[in-house]
Order: sequence, then C-alpha cells, then structure tokens
Amino acid sequence: MNRLLVIASSPHIRSDMSTTRIMAWVMVALTPAGLAGIYFLGLRSLWVILTCVVSCVATEAIWQKCTQQKISVSDLSAAVTGLLLAYNTPPSIPLWMAVVGCVFAMVIVKHFFGGLGQNIMNPALAGRAMMLICWPVAMTTWTVQGISGPTPLAIIKFGSAGASLPSLFDAFVGNMGGCIGETSALALVFGGCLLIYKGVISWRIPVTYIATVAVLSLLLGRSGGPLLEIMVGGLMLGAFFMATDYATSPMTPKGQIVFALGCGLVTSLIRTYGGYPEGVSYSILIMNLTVPIIDRMTMPRVFGEAKSHGSK
Amino acid sequence: MKLPTFRGGIHPPDGKAMTARKEIEVFRPAGNLVYPMSQHIGAPCAPIVKKGDRVLAGQKIADSEAFVSSPVLSSVSGTVKEIGMRMTVSGGMDQCVVVENDGRYEYDAALLPHGDFRPLEAKECLRIIREAGIVGMGGATFPTHVKLSPPPGKKIRWVIVNGAECEPFLNCDNRLMLERTEPIVGGLEICMHLFPEAEGIIAIENNKPDAIACVQEEIARRGGNMKVVPHEVKYPQGAEKMLIYTVTGQEIPPGALPADVGCLVINVRTLFHIWTAIIDGVPVVDRVISVVGDAVETPKNFLAPLGTSVRELVDAAGGFTEEPAKILAGGPMMGISMRSIDVPVVKGTSGILALTARSARQLEESNCIRCGRCVTACPMGLLPSTLDRAVRLREYGEFETLGGMNCIECGSCTYVCPARRHLTQTCRDGKAGVMAARKKAPKTEGKGEKK
Repeated sequence: MNRLLVIASSPHIRSDMSTTRIMAWVMVALTPAGLAGIYFLGLRSLWVILTCVVSCVATEAIWQKCTQQKISVSDLSAAVTGLLLAYNTPPSIPLWMAVVGCVFAMVIVKHFFGGLGQNIMNPALAGRAMMLICWPVAMTTWTVQGISGPTPLAIIKFGSAGASLPSLFDAFVGNMGGCIGETSALALVFGGCLLIYKGVISWRIPVTYIATVAVLSLLLGRSGGPLLEIMVGGLMLGAFFMATDYATSPMTPKGQIVFALGCGLVTSLIRTYGGYPEGVSYSILIMNLTVPIIDRMTMPRVFGEAKSHGSK
Repeated sequence: MKLPTFRGGIHPPDGKAMTARKEIEVFRPAGNLVYPMSQHIGAPCAPIVKKGDRVLAGQKIADSEAFVSSPVLSSVSGTVKEIGMRMTVSGGMDQCVVVENDGRYEYDAALLPHGDFRPLEAKECLRIIREAGIVGMGGATFPTHVKLSPPPGKKIRWVIVNGAECEPFLNCDNRLMLERTEPIVGGLEICMHLFPEAEGIIAIENNKPDAIACVQEEIARRGGNMKVVPHEVKYPQGAEKMLIYTVTGQEIPPGALPADVGCLVINVRTLFHIWTAIIDGVPVVDRVISVVGDAVETPKNFLAPLGTSVRELVDAAGGFTEEPAKILAGGPMMGISMRSIDVPVVKGTSGILALTARSARQLEESNCIRCGRCVTACPMGLLPSTLDRAVRLREYGEFETLGGMNCIECGSCTYVCPARRHLTQTCRDGKAGVMAARKKAPKTEGKGEKK
C-alpha cells in the first residue's frame, strides 16, 4: 500500500439516493403531465416549458456566479422549479412574462432566503402568484386547441353562459381548459404514484390533501361533485408535486398530515367562499408559512420518553 | 407472519454473501503478538510481566485493581520482548506488551476446567468470568462480570442474546452460531443459572435461517426456559435499546440501563467465552474475525489469537485486489477507519473491512433539502437534520433540549441523507459539546433550558 487511507467518521457507506437523483425522478414523474398538456393544449405549451426551465437554470447559475457561490444547477432543483412554474401557467402566456416569473421565483423566493432547502415558500407557486397579480388577464386566458373558454371551476363559481362543465372522462384525461401541467389527472396520478413507489414522496400529503377536498366538497354542497372537484383546478398537480416540496412541507409524518389537512381546508374555502375560483396555489402558499410551527408541534416522541410528549 | 422489529431503521445492502458460507479457519500468526492495555471499557490494565519473562497461552499478563476493568491474557506461549507504546486500531497509541511467539501454544493451567457449572455459586462464576478477561465481544467491550452484577434490587426477567449481527458484511457471530452452537446455548444456561428467574431469549435476524435452525435444535436438546426469537432484517437491530424493544416491547427511558427494565443483553461470542472459561478453563485468547470487503482477494472468517497483526490476516485472505480507500475495524455503519494495518487484533475487533473508493465513496455535502429521510430513519425518534443545524450553530443547549444526547450514533441518518450531510458526525460533536459544557459549569445549569 502506498496510498494513504481515508480516515473519516462512520458510517462509511451511503445510500444511492442523492439530491440530484431525487430531482431527476421528479422530472421524470412530471413528464407525462407535460406531454398531456402539449397534446391537449397545443404545441405552444412546449415552448413555455422550455422557456421556463432554461430561464430558471440560467437565473440560478448567474445569481450564484454573481454572488460567488458554488454553482449548483447540476442538482436539477432549478430545472424542477422551471418545470413546475411552466405547468402552472396557461399555454398562451407571453414568453417574456414567463421569464420574469422565473427570475422572481429563483432570485427573490429561493436565493434571497438562502437557496436550496432554505426557502419558506414554494418558488414555482410564489412565481405564479406574482404573475397572477401582475398580469391577471394573460394568466387566466385558457385555450383548448385554440378555442378559449372558462375553466371548470370558473363555471361552477360564476356559471358562465354557454359553457358547460367537462365530462368526468375529459377531466380525467385532461381534455379541458387550464394550465399546461394541471389538466390531466391521469398523467399526474401516474407520475405521483411513481414518486411514491420510488420513495421520493410519501403518500401522506397527496392522499390527505385530495381526500380532504373531496370530503369538503360534499359537506359544502359543491355542484360539480367530489370526483370532478378533485380532478380540476390543479389539485392533482398541487397535491402530488407542489405540496410535497421538501423545503416547504413538514418533515415529521404527523406534521405532513396536519399540513395536508390545512391545504385541503383552505383550498375548499377559497373555492367556495373566495373571490377567486381556484384555491390550490394560494392554499399551499399559505400552508407553507405554517410549516415551521407544524414541525415544532409534531416532533416525534424520543425513544424511551413518556408517551404524552410531542403532541402538545 | 409479521416479525417483531422497531421503529425507524434502514436497509443497507448487507454484503454478507462474501463470507456467510465460509467456515471459520484457525489462523496461526508468524509475527509477534501485541497486547494493548486498554481492550475494554473501564480502567486500563498495567503489565504484570517484565521484558524477558516466559509466558504461556492463557496466562494473565496485565490486570487492574478497578472493578470496571478486565485483565489481558497472552494468546500464545513465548517470551515478552518489549513493553512499550504501539499504535492500536483506533489510530491512537497505547501501552502494549509484545510477546514473541514460540509456536508451541503451551497452555497455562491457571483456570480450572469445571466440567459442570451447576455446583458453582454465582460469585465464583463471576470471578472466573473476570479472570478469563471476558468483555462484551460484540464490539462494546464492556466487562462482562460487571454487566452480570446488576445493582441489588434490579430483578432480571430476560437474558437477551444478541445474535442480530445487523452490521453489513460481518459474519463472525453468524458462523459462531453455526459452528459453536453448543457453547453458546450452554453459555446462556450459565447466565440463567445466575438469574434463575429470567427467561433466555436468543434474538437472530431472519436472514440467518441456518443459524436459527441450529440454535433451535440445541435449545430443544437441552430444554429449559430458552427460546429463539427471529426478527425482521433491519439495521440497527443489534443496538441494545432496539433489541430490547423488539423482544420485550419495552423502551428504555433516556439515561436508564437495560437492568432498569429487567433485561440483560449479551452477545453470542460473549456467551461462548463464558462457557469455555467455566467448563473448559479456556479464557479469551482468540476471536472470530471476518476479513472482508470488495478490496479483499478472498474474504474469510478467521479464528485468530488476540494480538495478531491485522496485516497478517489481510495477507492470509490473499491481500488486496486493489488499493482500498478505507480499512475499517468493524462494520461499515459503525466501524472505525484505521490509519494503518500494522495494528493488533483486540477483543472488540469483529471484522476487518477493506473497501474500495467505489463502496466507501467520498461525497461532498450540500444543502439540507428537508426531505425528512433522516427523521424516518432515526431509531431513536430524533430529528437529525435539526440537531445538525443546532450543532453547526454551536447551540448545544438547543441540541440537548431536542434530545440529542439520546443519539446512539448508529449512522442511519447519514446513510440515507441525499444531501450527503455528516449528520452522525455532527451529533457526536454535539454530544461532546454538551459534555464539555457540563464539565465547565457543573452547578450553574438551567438558564431556560428546562424540559
């Protein structure tokens, strides 16, 4: 032996799951929903997706270069944010607006708070919220194969004349108006199950969130019925891919249930009583801000300590 | 059937196939034997031989007056060549007795073979166990005569035998259960002779069906209040607290001892020595060591005299196929990385593991992504990522409040962390930090840190 041995603290072996691999799985799981968006909503969706991914990655790289940090775009987290932001915009959005949304998401929401894992709100959703406030018309113009029309939730809320609710089948496969990645429940559930199967996310947040919305839609007597209610308005996208964002959801199993219950409650309240037909984005953003306190209140019981501890 | 287990834990690749079917080979060292004075937890020993003395195999060469200590015995017959400082497996220096082997293995008759343990009183059994130099052979090396002397008033209801061997790669306990079944089950009978009200339970991970069958057969042959409890394969099942929970459903409160919940946990190799010391009069002079890892040419299980140079064992296993990045004493989850292989085998050396750079990857830390994998993995119900943050901010009070002192350093959190953070290491630092602070301010505690 002529080389020196490595001296390090145990353990000496590591699992294969790295941050990059997790992000790569999220991108793979998001792909079917993107393809559905391109198929049902038109080829322009593809350009929006590419614009968002490229601008998020570029923004992160430039920001890290300017602030003399290590450039970490190879962890793919910026690409995931870009993908999610694109999925949360209508296909007809002017590309420059998408770029502004991406820069806002990456710089102000993510890096001002310390970068990966440190942000207090989901960057893609916060970017979308900003765009919705700045460009309300561009952000709510929905077109299906070039024909514009209201979304199902807008029909339920405002009862638009002449437009009718999509059939359950259309809502399930994604043949209806909406943002690029939110319309196909089928593709989103497929992707979400892939993530659960791969151990990237747990079932707790998506299942609790969706179940809460379904139950509340019955209790609140919403006209579309619980099945339609959970397949529209980006709930599938939000429940499987946005509310499960590690940085902005609780780490403890109990906390994840509480968080998802809150998301479902706020979503249903906004949909029913709010001035705005869709509640997924804002409910997740609001619940993001409660994560530190949820984490603190749902600390697991330390092994050997009395059973009452941790559930104050 | 659902097998018993504990909360949390991980499933690392087990690497056991390399040596699981290899019979124990008796190894005869060629070089000098080196005996460090500290091979156990407790007071170090002082040599009781001088340079030039002739010693016999099994002869005591170092001892201590302290109760919590364990004597060191020569494993060969020969001449004391030197008494001086030598490097040990941990990389530190320790006073060592060096014996030149005459190759004759003449045994010292200081320990009498008793043939039967039943006529012996508990006190006499404990004396023999101490004189035989028996310590916790699973790696913790706590003196066994101390463990078998629980404080008065503590009733022992279960004697639990740790045959979990949950560390990947290692097979020394597995092979011992297969090849030396009788002394192990017999050793348990001796323990139950000491604690007549206790039930004897041998806990074995379900990935060792042969060992389970062997031990079950032996128990059936002997009768008595003993049974095998096979349990789910999960790391760190062999940790004392996890094992007690799995077998009895009891959680040991923070700071308490197994005896407080009526349990005593003993490793299979320790039982083996209890039996051979009392029945055959043979003290701890050797141990089974798995020499294994993807950098080793022909991985093997050796029965080697204590004091043997690790280098000789590695050579006997065919040497290295390529330069190892890390050589460990113990398993990959809790083993110590060694600076050199020119160190002696001691009582607690369960394996020598040589890993290539592909298996012992050096990975760069990145930001915590708050995925919660460490929280799910922690068998103690801690929040490793939060503890990590507290330690890095030097907030030792917060570390303590969050229960950081309960960390058993099993390494599960670090293993699963996708951001490759050194969570176990920072927990160790945190515990050391809290201890240092306690030492500095012994009486002025409690500035808002009450639970």
